[in-house]
Amino acid sequence: MSTATAPAVRPPSNQSSLRHRLAERGVDRTLWLLLPAVAFIVLLFMYPFLYGLGLSFQPSHGGGIFGNYAAFFSDPYLRNTIWKTLGLGLPAALFNVIASIPIAYLMRGKVRGKRLLTTLLVVPITLGTVLTAQGLIMYAGPTGWLNTVLLDLGIIDEPLTLIHNWIGVFLSLIITGFPFAFLLTLSYISGIDPALDKAAATLGAGPMQRFRTITMPLLAPGLVITFTLSFVLAFSVFPSAQLVGDPTGSTRVMSIAAYDAAFQQFDFPMGSTMAMIMAVVMLVVIGLVMLWRTTLYRGATGGKG
Amino acid sequence: MTDNHFRELRLDGVSRAYGSQNALNDLNLTISGQEFIALLGPSGCGKSTALNCIAGLLPLTGGSIYLDDRRIDTLPPEQRGFGMVFQNYALFPHMSVRKNIGFGLKMHKVPKAEAAKRVDEAVALVQLQEHQHKAPGQLSGGQQQRVAIARAVALHPPLVLMDEPLSNLDAQLRLEMRMEIRRLHQNLGLTTVYVTHDQEEALSMADRLVVLRLGVMQQFGTPEEVYDHPANAYVAGFMGYRNLLELDIVTADAEKVSARGKHIALVGANRESVTTGRAIAAIRPEDFTIGATDGNRIEVTVDIAEYHGRELSVQASTADGLSIYFRTSERVAPGDHVVLGVPAHRVLVFRSDNSIDADVQQTTEDAPAGVGAGGPGTGR
Amino acid sequence: MSTPTRELPSAASDAAKAGPRPRRRVRIWAVVVWFLLAFFFVNLIALVASVVVDSFGKTWFGGWLPSGFTTRWYSQAWTEFGLSHVLIVTAEVAIIVVVLSVLIGVPASYVLARRTFPGKKFLLLLFVLPILVPPITYGIPLATVLYKVNLAGSLTGVILANLVPSVPFVILTMTPFIEQIDPKIEAAARMCGAKTSAVFTRILGPLLIPGMLAASILVLVRTVGMFELTFLTAGPDSTTLVVALYNSVFGAGIRANQSVDAMATIYTGSMLVLLVIALRFVNPTQLVARGGDTGKE
Repeated sequence: MSTATAPAVRPPSNQSSLRHRLAERGVDRTLWLLLPAVAFIVLLFMYPFLYGLGLSFQPSHGGGIFGNYAAFFSDPYLRNTIWKTLGLGLPAALFNVIASIPIAYLMRGKVRGKRLLTTLLVVPITLGTVLTAQGLIMYAGPTGWLNTVLLDLGIIDEPLTLIHNWIGVFLSLIITGFPFAFLLTLSYISGIDPALDKAAATLGAGPMQRFRTITMPLLAPGLVITFTLSFVLAFSVFPSAQLVGDPTGSTRVMSIAAYDAAFQQFDFPMGSTMAMIMAVVMLVVIGLVMLWRTTLYRGATGGKG
Repeated sequence: MTDNHFRELRLDGVSRAYGSQNALNDLNLTISGQEFIALLGPSGCGKSTALNCIAGLLPLTGGSIYLDDRRIDTLPPEQRGFGMVFQNYALFPHMSVRKNIGFGLKMHKVPKAEAAKRVDEAVALVQLQEHQHKAPGQLSGGQQQRVAIARAVALHPPLVLMDEPLSNLDAQLRLEMRMEIRRLHQNLGLTTVYVTHDQEEALSMADRLVVLRLGVMQQFGTPEEVYDHPANAYVAGFMGYRNLLELDIVTADAEKVSARGKHIALVGANRESVTTGRAIAAIRPEDFTIGATDGNRIEVTVDIAEYHGRELSVQASTADGLSIYFRTSERVAPGDHVVLGVPAHRVLVFRSDNSIDADVQQTTEDAPAGVGAGGPGTGR
Repeated sequence: MSTPTRELPSAASDAAKAGPRPRRRVRIWAVVVWFLLAFFFVNLIALVASVVVDSFGKTWFGGWLPSGFTTRWYSQAWTEFGLSHVLIVTAEVAIIVVVLSVLIGVPASYVLARRTFPGKKFLLLLFVLPILVPPITYGIPLATVLYKVNLAGSLTGVILANLVPSVPFVILTMTPFIEQIDPKIEAAARMCGAKTSAVFTRILGPLLIPGMLAASILVLVRTVGMFELTFLTAGPDSTTLVVALYNSVFGAGIRANQSVDAMATIYTGSMLVLLVIALRFVNPTQLVARGGDTGKE
């Protein structure tokens, strides 16, 4: 009985019910507004990326589909760019995040001059790595003000070699990276409800204990994000490694090698291969960090965050 | 463009589903012109869904809506010409009070001079003359809601829909605004559909009210009908029958039922033609009297006595732990043993429905703001 | 019962004894932190100042200051690097990128803020990727593709490349902005008889202007400062100021270092002007953090 009536009842409403069912899941005409953005991301991001991926399997010097990858990993000069990149990116990101914590902690409440400080810190980021590099060449060079001061104060006898080596690139990564890490950390730390700190104080926790048991655990997931983003910034270091580094030796990072392959030797397949390896290395590091993050508390921090 | 009057608004099997969940199930309702209708129920009962379906803000998944003989459920909201007042006011923050009220007139291309006159009228109606050039953000909650009401009625719409318009206001203001909405409704000859979870609000304002539960209409009637003759235990619970006692039927005829629990025996009016098995006896707290022994008699121990001025609101329990709520002007204290009496015609016996308990429980959790001492509660 | 009563007085006396001491320790620690921060700024200012001073110096071989001051490096840089052309290109690229990314990004943000639909999470991920992945990784394949279709080296190519991080940036900035506009306001406008077009022009439009302004300014600053993508796609006629600066530094030796510094000073000056304008509309953290990921997550 019921099987006989059910189909008889349904047909009239069928046409509208499909539209309804789609509308319920959010599929309606409004979605057309997404079209330009989706077309854009597909054409200018996904397609080039996949094209590059495809290109990396068509080596211009033979060697089968994995020829480029084999060439990269068998040549120590190329292979070592991975370690050089990580050797710059990881310490720089770590330094920036760790240095940000105490300063952000000091500035977490309403502090006079907070806006001024954050404004000043934005300056090096907006100026960018190219200007920082040029500034470092002038300021930290053998006859620059920094060495002049140190020599005049008698702290050193010989000018320090601070540019055209690892230190130069590291310094440039700190100048642009530290403000970035600090501003992010500050926004995370401001998102922690100050009442939690007060509650811990009424329960008898001292300043250090409060920092260790309340602030840090709530801040940790944010710090992980900050670290990841700082790492991404430091990882792609290009202009400063080229300008204040030693682009053929100690600071020959992956981006330089990839650029050289693609636009100096015009071996686009090899350039794409290195770009892909770069992406993979970066994703591996981010993946590991994020995996670790899942072990941390990630709920609400009670603040405006 | 709108004719202020219509004969009837007819909802014909209106349904709305979200995926497999029915938010509103087969609602049939006919509203006459110039009536004030309240849709009443706890949150999640489908009352706001029903209102949004009438407004056109939610498409139906079944059924149709007719205004007189014109089918309107296929029209987009802007072509239905109804006015609507939202719970959180939804004023346009970038427009002055006047511009907010005049927005609908502008959309309907009412000539400027005429529009200005009608905005003046609407502003005067809600007594906001001195605030008319301010931005909505500068007004208090009550004033904002007046603007929202003025905006909704400025077009003289055939139907005004109100979605819990008073629930964001404090208690005192709520009472004032109730009167004011009712006054506007009468003076302007409006037809109003008013959604609320507050049964007191619904009873005091509406000509007729609809009680909804889980998307299904439970009862449709005048406040007196719903209050004095609830259709089932659920409606009774919502209408202040705070004691809902589940008992076993001993004997039952068309008029009377006698039922008993472990330490309790009651005779009541048979309201849902129950015959055998379990039944629910619904009793208002104020229908109990202390010491009166003619009719039903219940022995209880007082647990908590709340002071309410002239009266005490008491929670007590029978020997087997059944909670009984009653009101009394006598002074009782926790631990006192009391004998309660209640006349048989004040005990309404309904069919027992296993899902009621869980459902009424949800009522108290979801809608604490509107339920006073006489509100719904669990009867155990 | 007895444990807490016994411990209470001792805890109180502990607090009384230890009261002033931790406070001083905190202050010393704070002073050290402030000192280090000041050290950072002194170096930063000196770094920028040495570029500026050199650009005005006649010759500077060691010592505190150059041997004399002149402005001739500026006129030299101006002609040598074709700065008027570079500045025009920079302005063109920045403005076109801002307009296009707002036009493409805002409608998408509206849908992402208001709707849930199958595949939304995937789409969000896709929109986040271009600002999460370093530009050089997708810049190389993108430049390769642009070479293939003969767009590399042209102004169009530079604009297309710069759109890749800009559109997602607009989307990530605007989506939370639109989310905080109550959808009931749109419903109210419809109930007043407003058609879709009127809802967009009279209600949403005005409400979105502050957000769009902020997003535009952020994109402007980022595009003017974007080095990698422009560098990879620009030709001789389509270099922006940063890339011209890089080229001049990298090609140094042929030219006097002072004219490179003059150009660096011009770049710094124009960035600072943009920054001052930007900070009138957005807060500093927004300039740095990528769209939605400040403090949230």
